[in-house]
Amino acid sequence: MDTMEFIADIQWGNALYQLVIFSLLIWVVSRWALKPLLGVMKKREQQVNDNLDNAEKNRVEAEQYLEQQREELKKAREETQAMLDNATKMSEQQGKEILDNAKEEADRIKEAAVSDINREKEQALESVRDQVASLSVAIATKVIEKELDENEQEKLIDSYLKEVGNE
Amino acid sequence: MTWEIGGFDLHFSFSVVFMSTIAAIIVATFSIIGARKLAMRPTGLQNFIEWVMDFSRYIITSNMAWDKGGRFIALAYTLLFYIFVANMLGIPFELATDTDHYVLWNSPTSDPVLTLTMAGFVIILTHIYGFKIRGAKEYFADYFRPSPILFPFKIIEEVSNFLTLGLRLFGNIFAKELVTIMIVTLAFAAPLGFFLAWIPLAPWLAFSIFLGALQAFIFAMLSMVYMAHKVESH
Repeated sequence: MDTMEFIADIQWGNALYQLVIFSLLIWVVSRWALKPLLGVMKKREQQVNDNLDNAEKNRVEAEQYLEQQREELKKAREETQAMLDNATKMSEQQGKEILDNAKEEADRIKEAAVSDINREKEQALESVRDQVASLSVAIATKVIEKELDENEQEKLIDSYLKEVGNE
Repeated sequence: MTWEIGGFDLHFSFSVVFMSTIAAIIVATFSIIGARKLAMRPTGLQNFIEWVMDFSRYIITSNMAWDKGGRFIALAYTLLFYIFVANMLGIPFELATDTDHYVLWNSPTSDPVLTLTMAGFVIILTHIYGFKIRGAKEYFADYFRPSPILFPFKIIEEVSNFLTLGLRLFGNIFAKELVTIMIVTLAFAAPLGFFLAWIPLAPWLAFSIFLGALQAFIFAMLSMVYMAHKVESH
């Protein structure tokens, strides 16, 4: 069998047929299956990317929100604390004021009482003094009345008058 | 079968034509049905087709940049899927006429003419695209890189690429079929053979599945390797 015969014996028909059908298959598959599939896959990729981006955005937003909430909570806590502090301070102050007032009042009352007592004492003393005076006067009159008589009196008065005239 | 065209005999062999047609029809059917009801959330067949596509994409991207290789996705996908299906066809059963062993059903890839045709198809495509994408100057300059001394080897390389690509596939699948046939004929060689033949046959068929898948992968992979050599500047 020489070379030419060998070459002629090769099943060129098969080769040709295979070429045609394989090219046809590539065309059919790419036209009816791969193109739409690629489109869908691209779309899906896009969607996944979008979703991821969205998720990331949402996460960041949520974090911000959380931070905000924390901030708010802190503020609220601080405010509450301040209010509590204020209330405590105020109540303390009020208590002190009440106490001070009470003390003042007590002092005033005490002072008033003391002055009252003093006044009373004065008055009592005064009345005692008055009485003592009047009593002593009464006693004196009694005594003097007893000692003096009219003659003696006249003598006395005369002697006084003389003295006055001599002068 | 023979067609006479202008004094030249065009030989066909029925089994190869028939089987390659069946393989092509299976691939086309699966692909088209898989892409019929396109859903954002793929189920069933669409999922499978997308997986095959992702695999083809992986084959391409492991050899070249996607902006250059993207156009070959259909080629890679079809090579991978078609050769896989063709390799699988001969595994479950084979049909042959009893008298002259005229085969009716086998793996079409066990025919050297068919595999070499496909290899030639791929190699010619690499040249065409290399010429198209990189331009004539670059294309021809590539034969003299890294040094002009290597020019004859470059030519040899092109031829051997074509031969190895086609014959590796043919050899593997042909051997697979041959061993399968031998094991099956064992079944009729001895009285108990029909039951005992399963012992070597089962692991061999399992290995055949592995081998068919591997050869499909290798063919697609090497096609893209050669393509990358021609298309990308180094």
